[in-house]
Amino acid sequence: MSLTKAEKAIILSMWGKISTQADAIGTQALERLFASYPQTKTYFPHFDLRPGSAHLRTHGAKVAAALGDAVKSIDNIAGALSKLSEMHAYVLRVDPVNFKLLSHCLLVTVASHFPADFTADAHTAWDKFLSIVSCVLTEKYR
Amino acid sequence: MVLSAADKSNVKACWGKIGSHAGEYGAEALERTFCSFPTTKTYFPHFDLSHGSAQVKAHGQKVADALTQAVAHMDDLPTAMSALSDLHAYKLRVDPVNFKFLSHCLLVTLACHHPAEFTPAVHASLDKFFSAVSTVLTSKYR
Repeated sequence: MSLTKAEKAIILSMWGKISTQADAIGTQALERLFASYPQTKTYFPHFDLRPGSAHLRTHGAKVAAALGDAVKSIDNIAGALSKLSEMHAYVLRVDPVNFKLLSHCLLVTVASHFPADFTADAHTAWDKFLSIVSCVLTEKYR
Repeated sequence: MVLSAADKSNVKACWGKIGSHAGEYGAEALERTFCSFPTTKTYFPHFDLSHGSAQVKAHGQKVADALTQAVAHMDDLPTAMSALSDLHAYKLRVDPVNFKFLSHCLLVTLACHHPAEFTPAVHASLDKFFSAVSTVLTSKYR
């Protein structure tokens, strides 16, 4: 599965808007994740996960920054996220199923912030993009 | 996820041992799939799915033959399975989740018939191989 030219264009243009609120979006996606799928909290025993916590805001910003890196290198996401990929494989070991859950929450968050832009085509483009990012982050597990 | 040299050699060795039983195991894996995961029957409304059905036997042979091809071309699965990939994308449209069910049942079938060969390492290699095949067969869906 790869992104078509049209899909890349959608992602790049939407990222322009998203990046102005990237941190908030990353944070909200995590809040949604922990609220809807409490089992995901298992990876953050060391965090204060209450909404509005500094930990959540910092981590949300990190997630958003990584996605920004992937967007900037949309033709070589594997290269851009190589270190993160290793971290997930050897240190974090987040079960792959959770990437789908976070991706879902990111889509919901982006949709709620940019409803006019989040057409069916945009939804597909973002879902494919996040799938590719998830694949890259889990490809070194075994 | 990349198949290591050890993975490829495990898969080739195991598949070699199976030899002419491949069709029989393919049919058994299908039967197990329909039994344990009845939703999968939805893709075969035109089949007799009862135990010993000739249609399931024939289809098991098809599945086995495709896998035998895949084993022979592990270095370039996308090319070797391109036609089957098109078939699944444009015609069959089997929901990707079902590939995991069939892969699981294939592994169980192999474990039952070749317990000595089915060491943890061989199990892991086969699971990676079936994952890789499943990825190729669903790669053109969107």
